Amino acid sequence: MTTLDVPVRNITGDIDKPRGGALAALVRHSVALARRSLIKTIRTPEALIDVTLQPVIFLMLFTYLFGGALSGGDRGAYLQFLLPGLLAQSLALGGIALGQNLNADIEKGVFDRFRSLPVARSAPLIGAVAADVVRYLTVCVVMLAFGTLMGFRVETGLVPAVAAVALSIGFGLCFCWISVWVGMMVRTPGAVQGVMFLLIFPLSFGSNVFVQTDTLPGWLQAFVHVNPITPLVEVIRGLLVGGPVAHGLTLTLAWMAGLLVVFVPLALRAYNRRA
Amino acid sequence: MSDLVVRAEGLRKRFGKTQALDGVDLAMRRGTVLGVLGPNGAGKTTAVRVLATLLRPDEGYAEVAGIDVLKEPGRVRRRIGLTGQYASVDEDLTGTQNLVLIGQLLDLPTRDAKRRAAELLDWFDLAEAAGRQAKTYSGGMRRRLDLAASLVGHPEVIFLDEPTTGLDPAKREDMWGVVRTQVTQGASVLLTTQYLEEADALADEIVVVNHGKVIAHDNPVGLKRRVGGLTLHVRPSDPAHVPDALRILDAVAAPGTNASADTAAGARPGAVSVPVKDDTALDVVVPALRQAGIEVVDLGLHLPSLDEVFHSLTEGTPTTAAKEGELV
Repeated sequence: MTTLDVPVRNITGDIDKPRGGALAALVRHSVALARRSLIKTIRTPEALIDVTLQPVIFLMLFTYLFGGALSGGDRGAYLQFLLPGLLAQSLALGGIALGQNLNADIEKGVFDRFRSLPVARSAPLIGAVAADVVRYLTVCVVMLAFGTLMGFRVETGLVPAVAAVALSIGFGLCFCWISVWVGMMVRTPGAVQGVMFLLIFPLSFGSNVFVQTDTLPGWLQAFVHVNPITPLVEVIRGLLVGGPVAHGLTLTLAWMAGLLVVFVPLALRAYNRRA
Repeated sequence: MSDLVVRAEGLRKRFGKTQALDGVDLAMRRGTVLGVLGPNGAGKTTAVRVLATLLRPDEGYAEVAGIDVLKEPGRVRRRIGLTGQYASVDEDLTGTQNLVLIGQLLDLPTRDAKRRAAELLDWFDLAEAAGRQAKTYSGGMRRRLDLAASLVGHPEVIFLDEPTTGLDPAKREDMWGVVRTQVTQGASVLLTTQYLEEADALADEIVVVNHGKVIAHDNPVGLKRRVGGLTLHVRPSDPAHVPDALRILDAVAAPGTNASADTAAGARPGAVSVPVKDDTALDVVVPALRQAGIEVVDLGLHLPSLDEVFHSLTEGTPTTAAKEGELV
């Protein structure tokens, strides 16, 4: 090793004050940490399988294998019905990787370094969540593009379609806090996946994603009506292929706010407690 | 300002049934290296995590750079650097990206963060690997990057938790050079280690911990004196020569000690050993053995092993955690 002289201290001014105040610091640190997550995403494209290949497989499976039977032979009509629903399911599933990655980071000690730095405790989590925008955008683009190849058509227009994508990303960003919280609570990345599947499969199948709600028995209809995936699917359907939007939108925004109010504090608390 | 840059009193921390810290007191003078020596599970890492603001103790008081760790952890974090036991660099990021990120989190302007990253990478011989992902680095390179990451903010106090565990001897000495340089430039270093040799090479003072308690705090010379210092071992090729060898070794015994035949459990009989003051004993013993016509198959000077340290300090409760093979 060379013996280049590295000065020990050259910081001037009050080192106890973050530049520009606490809020500006939180934003700046979260952005720096989001960039870290993005670099990781770009460097490991295989980690995007769950938001690229997986939704495409689901789309093909349900359209070509089950679609004919479910819709009485009209696969094209079923695809129009299915794609908005599958988009919602894929968004929910897409958040699982975040909890797994955070869990792995903590186990590896990467977060110990962040915690030993003068950075708000919430910045690493906020940064990681913010970087997930890319994954939810990827889900939307891949599903709409591949769906179009399979014959899906947006029946409304560009503005409603963009609104659908924006709402989808927004929902993904709120829903993934459940995964963040689970990631803080369980021991291994595998366990994050297990717990999240246990949550998401009832939510996505016990909904209006795959079949019309009125074909279901009454008790299941009751579940479908209180399921947060149902209003989301209703809005995305309305925005992509036409239909009522207002009711679903109100409920979805309420769910998004509710998810944040409950799971952000839970996740932060669990993160602080995890030694 | 106090001369003590780290001060801890009565730290206690319990994890379930394990009392990881059981009333630990620590004191480190500014501009020195404090070695915290102990076997796995002794509480070294827990103590470092408390001082580095990662963990709140159940009881006790700690201050770093004159600041209360529990009351003002934010101010402490602006003054410390931490390198954990497991290299905690981000494998998907390049060397430069790892260090620039730390600089940004320390509120350096991006240009300064980049300059500091380049400076450190150069200093740690990582300039050529700067643009490669850390997952392609060797173990030694990762450790160097990890250490570099803890120096980005020019910390006053550097915590190194077993910085050389798993490194080969040459890499270990490189690391020691880095620690010494930091100290000459004014930093204070608290370092945990399982290696007596490492604590001896670096530390101005050594704290020995076991079962969450400090069982000794001394400078290396004082500690060695308590433990018995160097030992000279001789194994004659013919066991019949043991009594003659004992007589020769007795002549160089450190004051107040005698040569003895090795009778420790598990030791192969037929060898003799004696505590000696320093290596000049060899100048006496080797010619004397030759003159007496005693052939030897093994002859060596040994520092006390960590086992012996603990045996001596805890009087009869040797730890099994440290294997002698790791120490020589």
